Amino acid sequence: MSDTLTPLTEIERYELSEQRRYVFELERRDFIRLFGAGLVVAVAAVDTLAQESGRARPQSRGDTPDLAAWIHVDDKGRAHVNTGKVEIGQNIRTSLSQTVADELRVPIASVTLVMADTDNTPFDMGTFGSMTTPRMAPVLAKAAATAREMLIDLAVTRLHVDRSALIAHDGQVIAHDGRAVAYAELMKGQALTGTITSPPLDATAAWKIRGTAVPKVDGREFVTGRHQYTPDVTRPGLMYGRIVRPDAFGASLAAVDAARAKAIAGVSVVRDGDFLGVVAPTERAAARAANAIQARWNLQSGQPSSDTVYDYFKKNPEGRTQTPAVESIQIPSGARTFEASYRIPYIAHTPLEPRAAVAEWEGDKLTVWTGTQRPFGVRTELAEAFHVPEERVRVIVPDMGSGYGGKHTGDAAIEAARLAKAVGKPVKLVWTRAEEFTWAYFRPAGVIDIKSAVNGDGHIVAWAYDNWNSGGAGLQTPYDVPAKEQVFHATKSPLRQGSYRALAATANNYAREMHMDEMARALGVDAVEFRTRHLKDDRLKAVLAAVAQKIGWPKASGPGRALGIACGTEKAGYVATAAEVSRPSTGSAFKLERIVIAFECGAIVNPDGLKNQVEGSVVQGLGGALFEAIDFADGRVRNGSMEQYRVPRFKDAPLIETILLDRKDIPSAGAGESSMICVAPAIGSAVRAFGKVVTALPVRLA
Amino acid sequence: MARYILRVNGQDRQVDAEPGDSLLSVIRYDFGLTGSRYGCGEGQCGACSVLLDGAAARSCVTRVGSVGTKSITTIEGLAHGADGPGSKDLPLHPVQQAFLETEAFQCGYCTSGMIMATVGLLKTNPNPSEQDIARLMDRSVCRCGTYPRIVKAVRLAAERMRTTNGIMGGGK
Repeated sequence: MSDTLTPLTEIERYELSEQRRYVFELERRDFIRLFGAGLVVAVAAVDTLAQESGRARPQSRGDTPDLAAWIHVDDKGRAHVNTGKVEIGQNIRTSLSQTVADELRVPIASVTLVMADTDNTPFDMGTFGSMTTPRMAPVLAKAAATAREMLIDLAVTRLHVDRSALIAHDGQVIAHDGRAVAYAELMKGQALTGTITSPPLDATAAWKIRGTAVPKVDGREFVTGRHQYTPDVTRPGLMYGRIVRPDAFGASLAAVDAARAKAIAGVSVVRDGDFLGVVAPTERAAARAANAIQARWNLQSGQPSSDTVYDYFKKNPEGRTQTPAVESIQIPSGARTFEASYRIPYIAHTPLEPRAAVAEWEGDKLTVWTGTQRPFGVRTELAEAFHVPEERVRVIVPDMGSGYGGKHTGDAAIEAARLAKAVGKPVKLVWTRAEEFTWAYFRPAGVIDIKSAVNGDGHIVAWAYDNWNSGGAGLQTPYDVPAKEQVFHATKSPLRQGSYRALAATANNYAREMHMDEMARALGVDAVEFRTRHLKDDRLKAVLAAVAQKIGWPKASGPGRALGIACGTEKAGYVATAAEVSRPSTGSAFKLERIVIAFECGAIVNPDGLKNQVEGSVVQGLGGALFEAIDFADGRVRNGSMEQYRVPRFKDAPLIETILLDRKDIPSAGAGESSMICVAPAIGSAVRAFGKVVTALPVRLA
Repeated sequence: MARYILRVNGQDRQVDAEPGDSLLSVIRYDFGLTGSRYGCGEGQCGACSVLLDGAAARSCVTRVGSVGTKSITTIEGLAHGADGPGSKDLPLHPVQQAFLETEAFQCGYCTSGMIMATVGLLKTNPNPSEQDIARLMDRSVCRCGTYPRIVKAVRLAAERMRTTNGIMGGGK
């Protein structure tokens, strides 16, 4: 177990909310005992936490490593892979299976992943940041290759031939004389543990299962409705919970009249400080009981609204003093300057599966099924909330009805566990859509101020960039500018906020690319040429050129239509997006007709899965680009329903053409996020053909 | 509280409920048919779609008291009628098969509802154009954004169901 992962270079501030306290120990003899016959290869991950929030790594526990994953090959020749990663629709249950099957030389159907169960999978920080493919897949590749080499070693004595005469293929080790022994046969009665050294790994060109469009391994479970998400989990004696929410953010509970709720058969009312909830024998009785409670709340006055929040950010630093806005950039005399302020609203993730949990106490041992991207982080939250050691808490994450960055916390888990503790029975809690829209957390709002200068040759010579609250991801310009300063200012946020798919890269690329477009227009320079002259990165130039060619840049497809374009790089993925818009004769100010996107993330593991992710992130990106924004005032969300908060629907999806550039020579990067970052500026810059646009999301004419 | 007898996936099922209770809550919690999902409770996302006498309906805003003798088909009853959820080897409904083949989903949470909405749509419009699909499915939401694939799946299912001469399945 000598292999390690390299440290993370940067974790975005909004990705993590909790530092874990303890190291989860899982010794080899335990899982050998657990698994029985076969061989197990485990991979250490001692350095993965070194950079977490800039804090020190937990103290070493002698020679017990943190594990990143392990693979067990059993005496039926099947591979069981244990990883703390979570499937949220990004298709890693399939893509990681492809990696293992390929290196182990078994059919994909022989691979089973056990994911995100804190008692049965190794510690994992969480499923975010598009890190599964660049980090977990190589780990599993090495583990699978190690297992394969061990199987070949075993076959040497079994077949009495020289090792060089053996190859592994399709679940067997085959000798050059044609004799073969199945993995299942080799594993009978064995109890081996593998040590990773440097097993020979397949070159990308030799991939057989990776690089192909393997169908989702459990697709049938979804089309038959059989898959069980957290809201579908049942337990013997299960009760149903509801939370009685405050009237507004920051409200405290003043008085409760629960007489009418308690009169409903079987209902318990649970109050603990400002926490107020009910438990009932049926889901409908729980809803009735919650509605029957009369609660009075003390409200906080003077809270900012969605109109005033942008001023609020600049006046309310997170720390005691505001970091100063950039002033030090020297603007050469004679240079033409451009200045603009871009506003980014809060938006809601709106996963279709709401936050939910089923909690069950057996004595002081707590088991919780819940939808979260950070099962181990939620375990810590639960341990802290209930003052029990983490060893007494188990978190299990059924494959999720997605999260998009919105399910990092354990709110529903803690609430369900609190209710379950009160009634001494397992409790299911499923948030209502209205609760989702107010009591989850949001994509941070922000203000981005840009001041730039261009010399007489049409080159950007100065770039001053201030971002209040949106976040640091995508802050650095990819363009070559001699004098630049780019600062993120941490501020207070009136609404609860956290990570969102692609983090602040969407906000920062929107502001930067709209500004690039504005400069190009003012100078009368083609927007693609203007970008290209400031780009040194060939990968970024390649996606930009591919998109420009495909959409027919700069000429729109017909009269009354216009094109816009944007490019950027994030999480080692390169993306360019072009949009074509039209101006309807009546009704809305513009209509999105077509999106062309080029994406490159190194070697492609599953082309169909990647296409699905890229198209999906374009559609999701349309929401923030065209209509999503949380409207709030006085501590209340004013558009907190599916009817009022518009998310992209069938009619909103334009023609989407996807170009995937496959770079077999470059390690695969994650792809679930970055492809959304240029959707908004592509549309925004296209709409400029019809008039002045507001420098704010969502895109609209002034 | 009243007692209702509902015809679900070809079987009569009994439930005690208020007339205003949602059909979705009865399907999920009383009958244990969890393939119909709760998404919004407002009839705005379609994750709870079922068939009532063959027509797609949003079960979260359908009151139990309004169902009467209408036949209810859920995703569990789609492929194999009265038999309920069966073994993995049972054939899929052509719409399920088309969604599976085109992988018209990511997280899958909307999939049951999308499939039921499609079955309902194809009953009234066996040869929908892409525009028809976008218009008729517009109240079903896929937050993963797989709409282009769903449109393909609907078209594929429609084509196959036309060529197999109207063997539709799913409800009476």
